[in-house]
Amino acid sequence: MPSSRSNETPTQHADLQVSGVSKRFGNFEAVRDLSFTVQRGSFFSILGPSGCGKTTLLRMIAGFSAPDSGDIVIGGRSMHGVGPNRRPVNMVFQHLALFPMMNVGENVAYGLQQRGVAVSEVKRRVGDMLERVGLAGAEHKGVDQLSGGQKQRVAIARSLVLEPTLLLLDEPLGALDLKLREHMKIELKQLQAAFGTTFVYITHDQSEALVLSDRVAVMNHGVFEQVGSPQDLYYQPLTPFVASFVGNNNGFTGSVESTDGACAMVRSAEGLVLQARMHTPLSPGAQAQLFVRPEAMLLLEAGQALPDPRWTVYEAQVESLLFDGANSAVLVRESHSRSALRIALPQTGQYAGLQVGQSLRFGFDPQNAVCFGA
Amino acid sequence: MHADANRNGPLLMRLGVLLLFTPVVLWLVGLIILPHIELAYLSLRVRLAPRVYEPSFAQYRMFIEEPLYLQTFLRTAVISIVSTALTLVVCFPVAWTIAKIARNRVRSLMFLLCLIPFWVSETVRALGWTILLRESGVLPALLVSLGISDKPPELLYHDATIVLGLVYTSMLFMVVPLISALDSLDDSLIEAAYDLGGNSANILRCIVIPHAAPGIVAGCIVVFMLTLGNYLTPTLLGGKSSQWFTEQIYSQFITRFNWEQGSAFGFLLLGLSTLIVYLGLRLSGQKFTDVMART
Repeated sequence: MPSSRSNETPTQHADLQVSGVSKRFGNFEAVRDLSFTVQRGSFFSILGPSGCGKTTLLRMIAGFSAPDSGDIVIGGRSMHGVGPNRRPVNMVFQHLALFPMMNVGENVAYGLQQRGVAVSEVKRRVGDMLERVGLAGAEHKGVDQLSGGQKQRVAIARSLVLEPTLLLLDEPLGALDLKLREHMKIELKQLQAAFGTTFVYITHDQSEALVLSDRVAVMNHGVFEQVGSPQDLYYQPLTPFVASFVGNNNGFTGSVESTDGACAMVRSAEGLVLQARMHTPLSPGAQAQLFVRPEAMLLLEAGQALPDPRWTVYEAQVESLLFDGANSAVLVRESHSRSALRIALPQTGQYAGLQVGQSLRFGFDPQNAVCFGA
Repeated sequence: MHADANRNGPLLMRLGVLLLFTPVVLWLVGLIILPHIELAYLSLRVRLAPRVYEPSFAQYRMFIEEPLYLQTFLRTAVISIVSTALTLVVCFPVAWTIAKIARNRVRSLMFLLCLIPFWVSETVRALGWTILLRESGVLPALLVSLGISDKPPELLYHDATIVLGLVYTSMLFMVVPLISALDSLDDSLIEAAYDLGGNSANILRCIVIPHAAPGIVAGCIVVFMLTLGNYLTPTLLGGKSSQWFTEQIYSQFITRFNWEQGSAFGFLLLGLSTLIVYLGLRLSGQKFTDVMART
């Protein structure tokens, strides 16, 4: 084992190595020949729509199901044939799965008792752990007496008290209301930083993945479309799926009219002509998918020009206003092609007075738009 | 309109409630309370001469002084408890399979298999066992042909045969509350326990049984009461030697025309079942109302 690791320096500090893992259910390929590594102490998210295979993958890492092929190595040890109760991995379940027949202290103590830790030691470690998650002295509370956020902290404490190599989290925020979810996001990130345990988090919520993670894998149809930092995924999407799934995006399909260096001129199906940097070289006439972020759009005051005269200026009418504080946007319809677009409003409140039906002019830097061959 | 409804509402509602409860009240009073008052009255008198009676505890004294009666009473209690426990042990895996492992059609099919025997009357079912177990029956013949026994053994008329019959008769009444109790157990609790290092035995003890406890106790109460009050199965499968307490009651009422003694026995049986159910609830730490909500 050490010899095979010595020539793979980048994976030396990997807590999780997945290599060539596949899983089928009948004719459905849930996970297809997937390989990736997660570095020690990092927060790794798997982001994908429901049915993309992320839960199947997580259950294979936890040991609840076995891969059809490939291997999962956790902390340098192959998990082939190792049951979930013998893996150095713990899981925070979607609905937390706290034991309702036990109080908070018993929930946290359960795993330690299974390992045969002495009673006094269990008591001490449970007390310490509850203190670290901000629930000091809550041992004798019933699970039903806790708020949603406290329950989540108990679920995490119950797992982390076992000092696992890897903590798996299966959309634990999915069931919470928005306000609490925002709060728990921050809390999760702080807990991970405080404990330094490697977290593998699965979610369909791109904002959770972007806010929490060091690295994110975008999963679709059983494969990873892209693995990278949240910034990479947002600004440098490698596939049309990533471009449309991560963050808001204006997407168009059309054909390439002409190319100029790394830039292409694309005419959309509605007839809108847009410029974008090409992800892969495309030749004129090729089908393309083009994406422009709403915040890449520059709104122009009367008489104002774009910073670069080669960028196209569009005219549009406001269709609806989406006021959401700092995340406000407008939906507009371009005057000639009648294409619908989403434009983010500057956070300064400069355009707070926009009215439905009002005309406006805008443009964007082609470097901030990307097109893929379709 | 609205005010009208408000004014008439309580009255109509009260009338509705009254109508709904009438059958229940009639049933309780007519079939349970009145007969028991009569039985209590009968059990507390002694016949001196034809049509001459005197209040007395003679019937209850007889029960204590006659070893046969007391023995039968205790024997019935012990066999009933053993049968109930065995029914639980047999039914738990069945209920587990139906509630947690089987899916959709298999699940319905398995449940149907539990139900089918109950389409046949208890008499026929008990007689079915006699055909299988009697000396000239199927099972003894099989034992001989396999060389396990020299001559066909008599498998009927043993205590074990009675227990077998009682377990078989009661299974459905245990399986149903167990399925509903296990069904409501979230699978992720089991997975979480497994994930935290628990093994099967520990998960059963710490997670599954505490969750299913009201259902388990409910099933046990129903099965115990049915078993204790059963007449047919012990009589048919145990024969003359069965010595079941309901048989004593039957013979006092029907064979001996001693309604006074029979009534006293009836009350003693009621007291016994109440006591054992109470002890069962106390031992398992369950509340009667919680348990009844599960049945």
